[in-house]
Amino acid sequence: MASQDSDPPPGWGVAPPAIDLRDVWAGYNSHAALEGVTFSIERGCLAGLVGPNGSGKSTLLKVILGMLHPWRGEVRIFGQPIQRSRLALGYMPQLELVDWSFPVTVYDVVMMGRYGRLGPLRRPGRHDHDIAQQCLEQVGLADLARRQIGELSGGQQRRVLIARTLAQEPSVLLLDEPFTGVDATGEHDLLHLFNDLRAQGKTLLVSTHDLSCVAGCFDHAVCLNRKVIAFGEPRTILTEDVLNATFERHLLLLNVEGKAIAIHE
Amino acid sequence: MSDLLFDPWASPFMVRALLALLMVSLVCAVVGSFVVVRGMAFIGEGLAHASFGGVAVAFALGGSIYLGAAVGAVLTALAIGFVSRRAALKFDTAIGIMFVGAFALGILVMSRQQGYVVDLTSFVFGNVLGVDRSDLVLIAAIGALVLVLVAVFYKELLFTSYDPTMAAASGLPVAIVQYGLLGLLGLTIVIAVKAVGIVLVVAMLVTPAATAQLLVQRLHLMMALGAVIGALSSLTGLYLSYHANVASSAAVVLTATCFFLLAFLLAPRHGLLWPRRPLLGGAPEAG
Repeated sequence: MASQDSDPPPGWGVAPPAIDLRDVWAGYNSHAALEGVTFSIERGCLAGLVGPNGSGKSTLLKVILGMLHPWRGEVRIFGQPIQRSRLALGYMPQLELVDWSFPVTVYDVVMMGRYGRLGPLRRPGRHDHDIAQQCLEQVGLADLARRQIGELSGGQQRRVLIARTLAQEPSVLLLDEPFTGVDATGEHDLLHLFNDLRAQGKTLLVSTHDLSCVAGCFDHAVCLNRKVIAFGEPRTILTEDVLNATFERHLLLLNVEGKAIAIHE
Repeated sequence: MSDLLFDPWASPFMVRALLALLMVSLVCAVVGSFVVVRGMAFIGEGLAHASFGGVAVAFALGGSIYLGAAVGAVLTALAIGFVSRRAALKFDTAIGIMFVGAFALGILVMSRQQGYVVDLTSFVFGNVLGVDRSDLVLIAAIGALVLVLVAVFYKELLFTSYDPTMAAASGLPVAIVQYGLLGLLGLTIVIAVKAVGIVLVVAMLVTPAATAQLLVQRLHLMMALGAVIGALSSLTGLYLSYHANVASSAAVVLTATCFFLLAFLLAPRHGLLWPRRPLLGGAPEAG
């Protein structure tokens, strides 16, 4: 499903990182939510964005999407400024931000993922319908395509939003809290999907509270508390000091049979 | 029986009234569906009142009342959007300030005019039986313009109404689309005011569309069914008004209210009279 026009341009030598932030400052009114954020994520990485509530995770995703202009600093996607890489980015907002009583079906919502590529005045064509159908099948919702979205369970609602993100055919996926309120089976299914997407060469940046998940299954972690506290391979960077500085309260990190698990004390 | 059914349509003014109401019902159902799903009923009310300011100024200057109403409604819509964005005020506060201001301007100007009482009542309470041929042409022209614009930009209007954040992330000009919808609402209100008057416009916008929302699950079906409900209300209301000699706009609106109550009680999925089925977890499983 990878499309040609959202792939990075062929470059000289080393390919530029999928996501690259340099000294990004941003916020609302005069309140700074991000202070000098610098990190980069290579293509094909599954990266976790970890931090407490109010640490700037959603703000950071908005800056990368170009919905909030940084006061200072630079954001590049595959080496390009964000204005020129909009179609490379797919976004899934938090579940709570969506109006579930709205009169649209599951299929309608997934089709909205195509609207950014269609541009004004064009209607979805056969190709768009094929992609919407594929994305529904990929998240296992093909049977519920005609349902009104309010009739779905919480886990199904989340899968609708993921299918919509996939329908954007992005090379980089920014997912805001996809694990919140998901049970163990749901989490397993989501991780399975993320691994599939990574295998297709897609880059994922996933904001989450779920430290053990990031420690166990992700390639990269960004620990954020307005500043980047640490970033790199989870095994290396998820230390007690880093987590204390990120969450500003005491955390223990256990290592059980090669799996790192975070525990609140 | 056939007299009861056919007598009213012997009078040309009744036929014109029906034509006007049918066209207004269609346009109101289409634009009103957006009003209902976005929770814009108060701004609809506000724009209807604000159009009176434009009407008064046009009346005083001897210009077209329709043009005055349209300019008044659209300018107020833009002002509401602009003030709430720039002054960091809640949207409904901005609506409250701007529409009462425009309405007061209307009263101020009208108080200096001779014989304003008659025109005032017909504008406030509607005078659909007084619709003439040129009114019909104007309603048809403005209505067609609104419908064509909604059809052309349906995709954008749907997306920005449902999920403005995601629409912005996909590169849609959300602010422009929202201003555009306010403009369409202003135009719709202008033609609806002619049929039912300022006070009852919101009913034409909201009641048929809301009734339809209880019965169908997609926005375009809501528009279609809303138009049918509006048309049935218009027809029934005109019969009532003819045979019982009551105000036609009020009869139309009350009929629509009755349709809403019926749907509220009897709608297959959400009706009040049916045992409540536990929804398949409409809310997220946890915080």
